Amino acid sequence: MPLLEISDLRKSFRTPEGETQTVLDVPTFSLETGQQIALRGASGTGKTTLLNCIAGILSPTSGTVRLDGHDLATASEPQRDALRARCIGYIFQTFNLLQGYTCMENVLLGMSFGRGPDTDAARGLLDRVGLSHRLHHRPGQLSVGQQQRVAVARALANQPLLVLADEPTGNLDPHNAREALQLIREVCEETNAALLIVSHDPIVLDQFDDCQDLAELNHAAQEVAA
Amino acid sequence: MTWWMIIRNSLRQHALSTAITALSIGLGCGLLMAVWVVNFQSQRAFKNVTGGFDAILGPRGSQTQLVLNSLFHMDASPGLINRADYETFRKSYKRFYRNAVPIAVGDNFQGYRIVGTTHDLFAAEHSPGEPYALAVGDYFIRNDKQWNKEAVIGDTVARKLGWRVNQKFNPYHGLNFAEGQQPHKDEYTVVGILRPTGTPADHVIWIPIEGLQQMDGHDSQYAGDVSAVLIQLSTNTTARAFGMNSLDGIYNKGTDHLTFVKSTADVVARLFDRLGWAEKVLRWVALLVAVVAAGSVLASIYNTMNERRREFAILRALGAGRGTVFGVIVLESATIAALGAVIGFAVYAGIMFAAESILRNEIGVTLHPFEQHPVMIIVPFGLVALGAVVGIIPALKAYRTDVAENLIPQS
Repeated sequence: MPLLEISDLRKSFRTPEGETQTVLDVPTFSLETGQQIALRGASGTGKTTLLNCIAGILSPTSGTVRLDGHDLATASEPQRDALRARCIGYIFQTFNLLQGYTCMENVLLGMSFGRGPDTDAARGLLDRVGLSHRLHHRPGQLSVGQQQRVAVARALANQPLLVLADEPTGNLDPHNAREALQLIREVCEETNAALLIVSHDPIVLDQFDDCQDLAELNHAAQEVAA
Repeated sequence: MTWWMIIRNSLRQHALSTAITALSIGLGCGLLMAVWVVNFQSQRAFKNVTGGFDAILGPRGSQTQLVLNSLFHMDASPGLINRADYETFRKSYKRFYRNAVPIAVGDNFQGYRIVGTTHDLFAAEHSPGEPYALAVGDYFIRNDKQWNKEAVIGDTVARKLGWRVNQKFNPYHGLNFAEGQQPHKDEYTVVGILRPTGTPADHVIWIPIEGLQQMDGHDSQYAGDVSAVLIQLSTNTTARAFGMNSLDGIYNKGTDHLTFVKSTADVVARLFDRLGWAEKVLRWVALLVAVVAAGSVLASIYNTMNERRREFAILRALGAGRGTVFGVIVLESATIAALGAVIGFAVYAGIMFAAESILRNEIGVTLHPFEQHPVMIIVPFGLVALGAVVGIIPALKAYRTDVAENLIPQS
């Protein structure tokens, strides 16, 4: 059974004019444990909405999103929160680190709602991403590349089954982008976590053997393009 | 641990508003506790310092003034009871009382009142269950046939004037000290210093009543008069009630020149009733300060909600439930109130020490700042609970934060 299995997923929003707009219509998609897939998608193709539906942040309008045997579409919000904390690591384009917290605290917070804070494990993760000398620095005291490394460490804090990465290199220069991507892929391989990355950055997409076009996957995006 | 980490970081990031809010809560908390405790302890102290004297016979005038002058050694003396009236009372109504101690006032030393009395006064209790006791020296007289120019002084007098046994002094005329005034020629010697009583007696220089009556410069025609008679009524309930009513009729209704205070405790209670409005105003002001302070907790947290929406969205994306962010805000609000309550104890201590010092120095009544009172539990915990309640409003805002919308940075 695949780790992630999507079928007939639709997500619609109500526009300010009162009309219903469907931004996501994915008939089928699946991801195996340990598999790494890149989804190519330009702005407005529903990348973030898809990842938010998979993460249980958004509730689908219809269809099923089955993660590790649990259907996120029918789960209650607290159940989705718990599943997200336990099974998913999320890496954002803007990192979304908490500015008032140190690197260590950011990683500990990532653990807090899942397996629980573990200082030694957090230190080990930061060491793995090359930040053992920056444990007590705040994000504002780090370079952009270092901030992304903290975000990677935080995403892996709960030993997730699935890592979602939304334009993880969007704010990085080419050199840092390659390094960050390599790091994400390596740590996912080491922990056997599946990786679903959405990007429109060729530097990212060229690295993946399994690269799919989100516009083809998402029928709603095709309708908008047409 | 996680909740505290989030709360600690938030308080640190908003340190200035947290400090100001906690200070305002502390002010309200401290004021509320102090008003309550000062009122409670001062009432108790004033009621206790009647020294077991239930009644007073004095010259015609205000009962309150008679009590203040005779027991609290404050206010002006309402006048004198002539020797004949005093002797009549002592001989004719002995069945109504078990102890009657005359006092005479009219002199001072540097503002400390000199009170003439008999040795019987020291046989009474200055507070319930606490008799007078000497710290050093001896009492001035032990029989009715002899008196010497000797004085027994209260603890405050000894400390403030730096007096010891064998100190000599000349009394000044009047109840208040005036610079440049010439003292009486009579020289007195301190023979004993009383242990602290925590009552106005600590401020008094006690001398034999004959000494004050016959002081150089006092009119000899009043030599046998007294300022008041402090009375301990009979312990027999029937005799006591009969005595109170009889003496009330005899002196208050049957004469035009004497006043009988049949219950010193009632007069003190009436005095506090009259001052009750001031205490009520203070209590309402303190309550208002506390409520405004609680409102400031709400305002300070609510104002940070917009800038913290992204923080809540990130926490939610990490797996925190709505209940977690709601609880964090409520707890944060309660924590600010708790910090305020801690500051409140410092404010309380400051007010109490100031009030204690003023009351002790001016009146001689002692307060006990560290004595426990239920209000010291109720007010701080009440404010923490109030802090948690007002935290519900911003917490609801945090609860409703849209995660997907707020994960995107707002420019």
